[in-house]
Amino acid sequence: MSPVLADLLLVVALIGALALVHRPFGDYMAAVYSSERHLRVEKWIYRAVGANPDAEMRWPAYLRGVLAFSAVSVLFLYLLQRVQDKLPLSLGFEPISTDQAFNTAVSFVSNTNWQSYSGETAMSHVTQTAGLAVQNFVSAAVGIAVAVALVRGFALPHSRLRSSGGTPIRTGDLGNFWTDLVRGTVRILIPISVVAAVLLIAAGAIQNFGDIHTITTLTGDKQAISPGAVASQEAIKDVGTNGGGFFNANSAHPFENPGGFTNLLEIFLLLVIPFSLPRTFGKMVGNVKQGYAVVAAMGIIWLLAVVAVTWVEYAHPGAASQIAGGSMEGKEQRFGEGPSSLFAVSTTMTSTGSVNSFHDSYQGLSGGVLLLGMMIGEIAPGGVGSGLYGMLIMAIIAVFIAGLMVGRTPEYLGRKIGTREIKLAACYILVTPALVLTGTAVAMALPDGKDAMTNMGAHGFSEVLYAYTSASNNNGSAFAGFGADTEFFNTTLGLCMALGRFVPMVFVLALAGSLAEQKPVPATAGTLRTEKPLFTGLLVGAILIITGLTFFPALALGPLAEGLAA
Amino acid sequence: MNTSVVNTARMLWAALRMLLVLTVVTGILYPLAVTGIGQLAFHDKANGSMVKVDGNEVGSRLIGQSWNIKGTDKPDPKWFQGRPSNSGYDPLATGSSQLSADNPNLVRDVKEAKKQVARFNGVPESEVPADAVTGSASAIDPDISPQYADIQVRRVAEANGLPVAQVAELVKEHTRARTLGFLDQPRVNVLELNIALRELATN
Repeated sequence: MSPVLADLLLVVALIGALALVHRPFGDYMAAVYSSERHLRVEKWIYRAVGANPDAEMRWPAYLRGVLAFSAVSVLFLYLLQRVQDKLPLSLGFEPISTDQAFNTAVSFVSNTNWQSYSGETAMSHVTQTAGLAVQNFVSAAVGIAVAVALVRGFALPHSRLRSSGGTPIRTGDLGNFWTDLVRGTVRILIPISVVAAVLLIAAGAIQNFGDIHTITTLTGDKQAISPGAVASQEAIKDVGTNGGGFFNANSAHPFENPGGFTNLLEIFLLLVIPFSLPRTFGKMVGNVKQGYAVVAAMGIIWLLAVVAVTWVEYAHPGAASQIAGGSMEGKEQRFGEGPSSLFAVSTTMTSTGSVNSFHDSYQGLSGGVLLLGMMIGEIAPGGVGSGLYGMLIMAIIAVFIAGLMVGRTPEYLGRKIGTREIKLAACYILVTPALVLTGTAVAMALPDGKDAMTNMGAHGFSEVLYAYTSASNNNGSAFAGFGADTEFFNTTLGLCMALGRFVPMVFVLALAGSLAEQKPVPATAGTLRTEKPLFTGLLVGAILIITGLTFFPALALGPLAEGLAA
Repeated sequence: MNTSVVNTARMLWAALRMLLVLTVVTGILYPLAVTGIGQLAFHDKANGSMVKVDGNEVGSRLIGQSWNIKGTDKPDPKWFQGRPSNSGYDPLATGSSQLSADNPNLVRDVKEAKKQVARFNGVPESEVPADAVTGSASAIDPDISPQYADIQVRRVAEANGLPVAQVAELVKEHTRARTLGFLDQPRVNVLELNIALRELATN
């Protein structure tokens, strides 16, 4: 079979699998967040914590929950890294330095999983499983919770009383953060992770708590084989769109991703929640077609990027790739150009950041597409939860633009998009570009930027731009030649990750609260039909134009200059 | 004491308890349960797919190795060689060169590797495939392309005093097609091939 045909089948199989689970899984998630019943294990958790799972929260309370939980998480993870040598199963590793421990703590709590450390020689068993892997679960659950709160802002009927059991719901209530956090973890992330982890082990991923194991090879050399609870961490790393690899080589490491089956499984895991949440959204707002319009916009942008990157990688215009006869630098033989490109696009566009090949060595233009995938704000399909709320913000912007064109007050799903709403949406989309461009500019102006580059010229600039784009959008992948483990970068990138995660969440929850307080307006003949293909087109256009205008100058200096020179 | 400070403190305390409880569930119970299942059902795989020769572990099927003459950085002609590795196949230093596709150093390395591989195997440079002259992503890639295995056959056969046809047959037996026809790339596992080769040479 020709490589191109094989890759085509791979994409078709992936889309087929995602389409197959879209409805049942999306409906399941809607049921999880709408149910009034608590599982027994959840009741135990609420009792241990002392939280009332039925208490409704308005947006400020919901936000306080998110921020308090995340702040405590950062502190806990920071301390765990600082004392890992004193805890059991330390593998003899030293405590992590202050700036790197800060960077890593923020990175995992913000669902970014940018790594300025090298897992196999830095993090102990306890730090990996009880610190980093825990955040893989809960930071993902926080993301979904915020998205669900926004959906409730659209979905909840104005002013109602629900009599069955729970407390009455007032106008403006968005649900309970603790309940959403626990349910997302217990009913969605854990079951999928267990199944996926067992499948990964069956296909060759390791899962043990052993020591580094030295063997003598046939040539008489010594080789140290790494241990680790890899499969359990790999599963949640992908399904929670986290991305922080157990090993430095991430999902290119044969113990994390041994072959073609695990590769497809991991790509599927990256995409399954982000691509199914629009169904959850459609179900919860009572019109599944609204969800289809959103998922179509996500799918179109993702597919365009897959085609573009795969194409450029096969064409391999770069000088070194021309001489080698293929774009195989930084790629594994078992994956090659096609499956590597599919993984690369899926990981950058879901804010995951795990890699099965190293993006720094991609062709200039494909590197540019990967960058653009993050710059559009991680919404096609985006990270778990953050993808959906980012896309809904863009939908509000698109509705607003359409409203301006016809001179009507814009509405989305029966809610008026007034001054307050559009201000909040506009603030949301300004946060990450501000962080990316300011961060890059500062790094380039100081000697730190140039010192950290592996490659010079346009590609070196791309490395810096990629780092700030990845951090601010909570992706976590890197042009990994970039020497990020310095005090300057650990600190500034850590700040970008924290601000890029939590400032937008403030605007999202404020917006949710504002929508939930509104009295719905009935649809009329003049209402823009947001469930139609026309709207999907408008949405895709709005996304590309807004991103294009914001980032074009920066892209021109980096990947475009490099790609056009090749 | 104003109430907002008290409220904030109460909130943080609740958050900390939630984090600890979820740490027990996702950070301890979950990995232990998965480890239990893995160790019981897939013991060999969960422990690294180790390969034994004469009762001794000689490596992992999944982790590439260096096949240099011991103590040197020269490739040993009697073994099939893997891809270039910037860490010398050290599993504690995984990762790639990170050089961009038109980086002048990479251009130089690839040119040199191409010349060296062609000379070492006695084939024209045009027959050297891309994987033979580029570093992998993990630096411990266990596989090479079937083309790279093919161009090594004659040299390996000569160094071991074996008939070329027999070694070629061995490579054919160890060439893996794409999983299910489309999931990945055709490849040859270098460690498995070399173990089979050793058996052939010592008999």
